[in-house]
Amino acid sequence: MKRFTDLYWRLDATTGTNEKVDALREYFAAAPPEDAACAIEVLSGGRQLRAVSTALLREWAAEAAGIPLWLVEECYAHVGDLAETLALVLPHAGTDAGADGVGMGLAECMRTTIVELRGVDDDRKRATVEHVWRRLAPRERIVWHKLLTGGCRVGVSRTLVARALAEVAGVDPAVMAHRLMGEPQADADSYRNLMTSEPTAADARRPYPFFLASAVECEPSDLGPVTDWIAEWKWDGMRAQLVRRGADATLWSRGEELANESFPEIVAAAAAIPAGTVLDGELLAVRDSSLLGFAAVSKRSGRRRVPKKLLEEVPCVFIAYDLLEVDGIDIRGLPLSERRTRLESIVPLPFTVGAGSAATVSVGDAVTETATAPPRFLHSPCVVGESWEALATARSMSRDRGVEGLMLKRRSSPYGVGRVRGDWWKWKIEPLEIDAVLLYAQAGHGRRAGLHSDYTLGVWHDGRLVPVAKAYSGLADTEIVELDRIVRATTLERHGPVRVVQPTQVFQLAFEGISRSTRHKAGVAVRFPRIVRWRREKTPPEAGTLAELLRMIDLGKVDLGKVDAAADPETVP
Amino acid sequence: MADLLTVTDAGLYCAQGDFYIDPWRRVPRAIITHAHADHARSGCGRYLCAAPGTLVLRSRVGNASPIDSLRHGETLSINGVEVSLHPAGHVLGSAQVRLSHGGTTWVVTGDYKLEADPTCAPFEPVECDVFVTESTFGLPVYRWQDPATIAAEINAWWRANRDAGRTSVLLAYALGKAQRLAAAVDPSIGPIIGHGAVMKMVEAYRASGVRLPPIDRVPPRTRRMGGGRALVIAPPSVAGSSWLRIFGETSVAMASGWMTLRGVRRRRGFDKGFVVSDHADFPGLLTAIAASRARRVLVTHGFTDTLARLLQERGVDAAVLPTRFTGEAAPDAAVTDGDGDHDQSEQDGLPEAEE
Repeated sequence: MKRFTDLYWRLDATTGTNEKVDALREYFAAAPPEDAACAIEVLSGGRQLRAVSTALLREWAAEAAGIPLWLVEECYAHVGDLAETLALVLPHAGTDAGADGVGMGLAECMRTTIVELRGVDDDRKRATVEHVWRRLAPRERIVWHKLLTGGCRVGVSRTLVARALAEVAGVDPAVMAHRLMGEPQADADSYRNLMTSEPTAADARRPYPFFLASAVECEPSDLGPVTDWIAEWKWDGMRAQLVRRGADATLWSRGEELANESFPEIVAAAAAIPAGTVLDGELLAVRDSSLLGFAAVSKRSGRRRVPKKLLEEVPCVFIAYDLLEVDGIDIRGLPLSERRTRLESIVPLPFTVGAGSAATVSVGDAVTETATAPPRFLHSPCVVGESWEALATARSMSRDRGVEGLMLKRRSSPYGVGRVRGDWWKWKIEPLEIDAVLLYAQAGHGRRAGLHSDYTLGVWHDGRLVPVAKAYSGLADTEIVELDRIVRATTLERHGPVRVVQPTQVFQLAFEGISRSTRHKAGVAVRFPRIVRWRREKTPPEAGTLAELLRMIDLGKVDLGKVDAAADPETVP
Repeated sequence: MADLLTVTDAGLYCAQGDFYIDPWRRVPRAIITHAHADHARSGCGRYLCAAPGTLVLRSRVGNASPIDSLRHGETLSINGVEVSLHPAGHVLGSAQVRLSHGGTTWVVTGDYKLEADPTCAPFEPVECDVFVTESTFGLPVYRWQDPATIAAEINAWWRANRDAGRTSVLLAYALGKAQRLAAAVDPSIGPIIGHGAVMKMVEAYRASGVRLPPIDRVPPRTRRMGGGRALVIAPPSVAGSSWLRIFGETSVAMASGWMTLRGVRRRRGFDKGFVVSDHADFPGLLTAIAASRARRVLVTHGFTDTLARLLQERGVDAAVLPTRFTGEAAPDAAVTDGDGDHDQSEQDGLPEAEE
């Protein structure tokens, strides 16, 4: 446990990629296989069930510290991290610190003090928890609490873990990244398999590491001749990979979780795809010729069983835009133009949006469900533009089409690993904007703990300011610190961690879409709101109005499916 | 009976004695608990402070006004109010102000800590009826380790940097903490260098009889200094400034009570954070409050609401006394401006060192 605790704090203390990889490499080189396997699972954010509810932990910690529960909550609001709060309020470890929990390896510690807690009653849980508390120093307690409550994230991507493991095992980082895909098995044998230089048996179901695009930062015309590029719509769905090998079809999310159970109709339809094929694409929800948006798809994802009603309400299709493997051969190294040609021969039907979308496309040869069943696999058609201007025109219609803009992919590009800049760009549409007034502020978490960095903003309606969006980001760190002081100085009321402030500050708020909503006080919901700029020169009376927002809805397509994705402007309790 | 102290626009005022304690405006007569800028402002008619703090206060408020002093425990009657000053353990010359009038005794702590500090007299509990306490670190997450442990951590960091050829830069409040740290570290590891703002206070400390190890100044127009071995003690405002360039490769650490929190450490981007404060930690506040045996406790600057509520629940007659010393505890403000003390002279010290 000590070794892992040290790793955790080393990773926490640095923002440098190389230093993180160094720390990981040294850890994996030294840790026993069963601890190393366990660490991979923990670091890659493998979902763990919570062994003890945080409510119980707070109560027990309050009693152990001899302070009332409300004071623990006050501390939490100030610290912004529950694991850390509890670690700090507890009495300091006694003289027997260094025994037990610390002396155990990570795997054993997790097994005996966390996994085995799941089945037992609260009294026995409490006895174990208090036993561990007495033996750990605060910095060790924080890590243990994070393991215990199932959220031990420390800012390392799976790519970094793969890089470190690849260096230790002496294999190519891409091979290691590939091996790490899929469901982790936290035991010594699977770790040895992972680190072997031989190909492994589980390779058959594994997806490839996803290639990720970056936001385009220059004028697209600076990317060179338009003929070097392929443009596609940027879909508002869930990225996924279909691995069709042997008799199996497996669907993987970008979070590297198996998604078969969440999308049974897609997996069933995949039987028609030839074996030895891997498709990269997007899961989209489409009903009655209209795109339902990401929120609808996310209702499906992560489910172990999808109720029939939901299957009918949120029918999904797989829109393929890349082909990574054909006839069992990895073709990621071929140019995109060639991969696309082959893709269109395997998935011949194009997906079109707007009037007459997927549901009206006739059933093709590639999909052999019942004659009336809609096709589940379609390809994302290229958006043809003779010039950058033509593509810009196409992009300007994105909002009407229910897409987020364009993807620009270099014709000659291979399919890379992770976020490699240069070949794949997201060219998203300009956001909608309005000037809004700060109404409530709440302390942030993690790096922004103790600072008021979560803001609820409002616009005018009938002479009052009504909250319309909650924005978490968009200001520079120095601005957040400055605004934090203003929040503290202009607080009118406090409701737990939320402060109601005098409306004095105006911000330019950007968002991706807007729709009517009955779930929000103002009657509208904005999607992915964030602050673009602090309008210091403006005063609250100059801020926007609800009427302006409503006009934006009327201009664009009303898309009910997006309502749920909207940020929830929190009403003050 | 009327309270001995009330909060006015100018500060904490004693009507019976017609004087202020740590006023935030220019007033005719001011009693100063200690020389940090949010407690000691220039331009008052006449000052009174504890004798060990006279030179430090003089260097802060200038030569324009007379400064009277009292030895610790010595009593002075001001318009019939008995005034005495008792060590607060915060910085050199820091004092709690005891007021006695008409059979009632009040104590105003200013800022204080209970930990041992070789550069100032230790906190002395003073019994009273009404105890006015600070609450900068008034949450149970704030608990300090013993000074020797912290000193060992700082020494280990300095030694490791020296062995790697890096200069160690320790950011600390220029008055009090800088001198306390200089006195606590092991000078055999390497040379100690002080920023101009720190040296101004080092001189005042030495002139007041406090023993400090040799500390070098940065001479004007210095291009290179430290040689990868030194410990540089400087105010937090130098973080990220060009002033640090003369030291070549550095490791920058911050010494502050706020360094307890991981979020603050990460946000500020220092290489290292040492949890050192000249304020009382949470148990320290409770200990001092209990030792005062006061029947009424007034809580000022810091986590006032929280501490007052806790005391009320424990049967103490407690309330919040709204003052302007630091407002609410704000880790980032505190990290920028010093350990809970806004101090403009930190910035004033910077150009001096860059000459």
